[in-house]
Amino acid sequence: METTYSNNKFSKVPPQDGFRVAYILHLADNSLILGQRNAEWCGHGPVLEQDIAITNISLDLIGQARSFYQYAAQLINQHSPSPGGGRGEASEDSLAYLRTEREFKNCLLAEQPNGDWAQTMLRQFLYSTYQYYLYRFLQTNSDTTIAGIAEKSLKEVSYHLRWSSEWVIRLGDGTEESHKRMLRAVDELWSYTGELFIPAPYEKELSIDTAFLKDDWAKKVNTVFDEAALTVPSNVFMQEGGKTGTHTEHLGYILSDLQYLQRAYPGCDW
Amino acid sequence: MNYIRKFYYGDIPEDKGGAEISDSKNPPSGGRGADWPLWEVFIRSKQGLDHKHAGSLHAADAQMAIENARDVYTRRMEGESIWVVESKYITASNPEEAGELYDPAKDKIYRHPSFYNLPDEVNLM
Repeated sequence: METTYSNNKFSKVPPQDGFRVAYILHLADNSLILGQRNAEWCGHGPVLEQDIAITNISLDLIGQARSFYQYAAQLINQHSPSPGGGRGEASEDSLAYLRTEREFKNCLLAEQPNGDWAQTMLRQFLYSTYQYYLYRFLQTNSDTTIAGIAEKSLKEVSYHLRWSSEWVIRLGDGTEESHKRMLRAVDELWSYTGELFIPAPYEKELSIDTAFLKDDWAKKVNTVFDEAALTVPSNVFMQEGGKTGTHTEHLGYILSDLQYLQRAYPGCDW
Repeated sequence: MNYIRKFYYGDIPEDKGGAEISDSKNPPSGGRGADWPLWEVFIRSKQGLDHKHAGSLHAADAQMAIENARDVYTRRMEGESIWVVESKYITASNPEEAGELYDPAKDKIYRHPSFYNLPDEVNLM
């Protein structure tokens, strides 16, 4: 069992389910953190219509995160049904609001700052492309709950992919200024794409070898970049660690925003 | 000073309407939504019904207008088909001519099919 997982408070979960819980949390954290990032645009979008579009995507992602957290909580509680152990019974809320930075397993790409609209669009495009092929693959997973969530979410993700591709093309092949901003976004984000295709220990255990998604992902990114007059960078050093809890400095700030209320007023409800 | 410029349908001036923008490759130079043309949105709530006017929005091109309409007007399952048309292509009747256009119909109640006894089986008349 990998260290970041066995160190946390759910140590009663046996290894075989432990890896599964870790993987489900990874899927949930990806969606939650990217959803939270996109939600930062709420009220700040460049135009009203796009403000609504990006926050719609946020809500889609947070909806996916909820489904995965609920499932993870259910598996955790099966093994330690009695409340107690410091945090009580696991729930979607406790998993989102009461885990620390090192316990989050989202990929680094999801937590990168919004930057300008170009950077947010590119982040969404790079991630949605990955998510699209991943969910398509997970639809046939032997775990029918994971498969079900993937199948349901695929429609949303297909739209995110379509919408963000169009923005990447529109800005990449737009004005001199928009092209320049898109180039800066590629510079900013590219080194966080490598991690997506390096399986974490829990992915390996579950035979979810994300490396094989890379060809489809690269093909789609190439097609869109071609149309957007952008070049796919080569020989870039790739960052990794998010999937196993080693994050960039940004995640702490996101969590302090996201978790503030529950930390300051435990159990607060409305 | 005139802070609010209100446009009526068919009344969108070319200089503000961004009529030169026809596809995603030629976005407006200003980059602000205010420079994007206005589009009217029509939503069909279900198969067999008509598209009904839902509202308007700004978008750089037709594709973006469809997507914006999807996000703005169908979030609560209001529809399953969207039409968009640039507002400047709509010709509207002049409100000042309302009298001559509509008033003559007022005293012609015999045009309403309300003088027939309908059988109970006939709904939706």
